[in-house]
Amino acid sequence: MNKYLFYPGCSLQRTARPYMDSLLAIREMIGLELEEIEDWNCCGATEYVAVHHVAAYALVGRNLALAARQVNGTHTVMAACSACYLNLAKTDSYMRQDAHLAQQVNTALDAGGLHYTPGTVKVRHLLDIIVNDLGIEAVRAKVVRPLKGLRVAPYYGCMIARPDRDNRWDNVEHPLALDRLLKALGAEVIDFPMKTHCCGGHMTQINQASAYELIRRLIHGAAEYHADIMVTLCPMCQLNLDAYQAEMNRYFRTDYHVPIIYFTQLMGLAFGLEAEALGLGKEFVDPRPALSRIGIELPAAEPETVTVGEQPRRKKKDSGLPMPRMPGSKEADE
Amino acid sequence: MTEQQNLPAHQAASPPPFVPGSFLKEVMDATPGDSRLQMCIQCGTCGGSCPSAADMDHTPRQIFAMIRADMREAVLRSNTPWYCVSCYYCTVRCPQEVHITDVMYTLKRMAIREKLYDDSTAPDFSQTFIGYIENFGRSFEFGLATRHNLRHRPLQLPSMVPFGLGMLTKGRMDLTPQRIEKIEQLQAILNRAIELEAT
Repeated sequence: MNKYLFYPGCSLQRTARPYMDSLLAIREMIGLELEEIEDWNCCGATEYVAVHHVAAYALVGRNLALAARQVNGTHTVMAACSACYLNLAKTDSYMRQDAHLAQQVNTALDAGGLHYTPGTVKVRHLLDIIVNDLGIEAVRAKVVRPLKGLRVAPYYGCMIARPDRDNRWDNVEHPLALDRLLKALGAEVIDFPMKTHCCGGHMTQINQASAYELIRRLIHGAAEYHADIMVTLCPMCQLNLDAYQAEMNRYFRTDYHVPIIYFTQLMGLAFGLEAEALGLGKEFVDPRPALSRIGIELPAAEPETVTVGEQPRRKKKDSGLPMPRMPGSKEADE
Repeated sequence: MTEQQNLPAHQAASPPPFVPGSFLKEVMDATPGDSRLQMCIQCGTCGGSCPSAADMDHTPRQIFAMIRADMREAVLRSNTPWYCVSCYYCTVRCPQEVHITDVMYTLKRMAIREKLYDDSTAPDFSQTFIGYIENFGRSFEFGLATRHNLRHRPLQLPSMVPFGLGMLTKGRMDLTPQRIEKIEQLQAILNRAIELEAT
């Protein structure tokens, strides 16, 4: 077993829960031992650093400092989310290069009784660890249900491959790690030219026309290559391409239907695991038709008829949209 | 290995001297590490690689020329940094290895500090997002999406109902934020950091 310190990140708790579930389901089969960083906080995504400078690096610095305290047999921090991976790696790398920044971050950390010496931990992405530490052969050895005939578009997104200041990847625009991994699962991997193009990131919340165009390019690209399914390793990419695909279709009056799931889910399927254990069935674009074409039958998803009025214990009639609740409020405690 | 060690000799040569007090120096000083912004040769590879260039008031190349020309307010009012999607294509393709994406973040911070932006959608989104981090230590998608859209796109809320309900029924969104245990520790760290930024 190879042991790593694990930084899950906010997305894997919820929006990308299927990524987490499938990772946990396959970890023992590939000899991956994970120790979660205790009481980690959000990495700030692409937002904190747009508002604050020292605080953005101190925010990530706290996670690095907590990880450094847990160093025991391993000093590698693994993140499965590309944005988390980049923020952790970037903070460590900038603290190494910029003594003034490192000193400011540590002055801030000192207010919380913490300290981080740059370079104490090594930050790596899950894909890097699976392909380069555990190895493609170890993955191939576990395949009991080869994904023969499934045309897969490997989609890396931006932030895993770039800027790559620590030289972790073979190529910053056309990396091959995921391609190789998917081939080992028996899938037919298309040479996807848009594999590291942008999914739109937070633009779905800023300017929909821009976001939908970026989503359209990727979905159209995958469809042009007759991909049955897209596979990703980034929660933001999965969310944008999956949950906004219908809106994008409406916007452009197109009718694309390209499912997108996590590479860990496809690994689990090839390893013979059950769909539920892999978090499958929580997609907006149904992957079942694509998977049934190669003989993988997933149970039907739960009916999606959410009749708001029939939900039990409902008090207010007029609230059409569910509203956020703060902890400690009456509703949250129900 | 640092990137300086990887650089060909002609790129590792010492940068041209600064004009003291220039906007260029201000932007470089506010960017972590060595941004290499003074090395820009105006080739335009950045704009040509940018997925958002068509929506930008100025291409990154133009912005860098404007920074050198000390066009402070025009730069900070430009929508360019706000349309940067952080894909880092420009950064890895730049023949001068300018840290373009990080320079865009610097421009966003300066624009927010001086309230020099014409469209508040993106700056507000960032500030709402970080508000949840400062209160809970974790991001909170549901609160963020509801608050942000109520404020900036109320008319589009009905079209987002399928998305919101889908996320909730599929168990991909929480109605309540998660709070880290040592939130006071995180707040103390962030407050000290923000004090340092002011000095």
